[in-house]
Amino acid sequence: MLVSWTHVGPTVTAAFLASLVEFVEALTVVLAVAVVRGWRGALLGCAAALLLLSGVVAVLGPALARIPLRSVQLAVGTLLLLFGMRWLRKAILRAAGVIAVHDERLIYAERTQALRQLVVPRGSWDKVAFTTAFNITALEGTEVVFIVTAIGSSGANLLLPASLGALAALGVVVTLGLLVHRPLSRIPENLLKLVVGLVLSALGTFWVGEALGFAWPGADWTILGLIAGYLAAALISVAMCSRLRSALGTH
Amino acid sequence: MQWLKGLGATLYRLFVEDSSFAAEIVLWMLILGWLLPRFTIPDWRRGGILFVGLIAILVESVLRRARQR
Repeated sequence: MLVSWTHVGPTVTAAFLASLVEFVEALTVVLAVAVVRGWRGALLGCAAALLLLSGVVAVLGPALARIPLRSVQLAVGTLLLLFGMRWLRKAILRAAGVIAVHDERLIYAERTQALRQLVVPRGSWDKVAFTTAFNITALEGTEVVFIVTAIGSSGANLLLPASLGALAALGVVVTLGLLVHRPLSRIPENLLKLVVGLVLSALGTFWVGEALGFAWPGADWTILGLIAGYLAAALISVAMCSRLRSALGTH
Repeated sequence: MQWLKGLGATLYRLFVEDSSFAAEIVLWMLILGWLLPRFTIPDWRRGGILFVGLIAILVESVLRRARQR
């Protein structure tokens, strides 16, 4: 299999970390459903969503392979850039204290309280449990499918490493979820979001540049330089935002 | 129909949180794609221009958000 490690490394890292963030978010809600309404509805909702997402992957994957590489690079690069920059922006704002950090424990508490207020049907089909678990798995899973399909389709033989990264993240989250039976609040969600934002923004920039016909100096090695450049910009931005908030007296 | 609208909104939110931020990124790509081929600029500098513009858009966006209460 001919693959460039400068592509495979960021691909697996981005797929693993991004999927980890999404699966942790899904696990919080699924656990809340399972604890309050029972495992049956929660697991059936998850399974149905995973089935739907598998169908999407089965259709999307081969379809993307038929589109010319340059068109895929431009479309996927643009989407990756928008997605990665969105995460990067959010991670910077959270690190600077401009917006609140994602709190899995708080979300879990809110969800369980909301679910407790709804009547649990006895011996019949628990539509609320199924729908809640289905919605969160489908929502977070869609993001995982996009990340895996996007970064996997923009280079030769990258879909397998990207899928393995996502599957490894799923394995880690399911194992930890089974072991601790509570939300994984110790996972540094914002740091992961920052890393994924850096990698996806760098990959998106690289592919958009290639699609526009720019020749990057150092070819694939440029990706590492772009990651470093985005990291420097992110750190400077965090410091600038923190100083600005202090000056405005909003801390 | 409601389900489709919900799906569309979900997909949109995957990529767009601050619409002006997303619009600036796309606009910058369109400008470079249209403008740069008209000038004789070394290839390696074209990528640099793309990257520096994206950094500027990111920094401006976070500073703008930080100024809001």
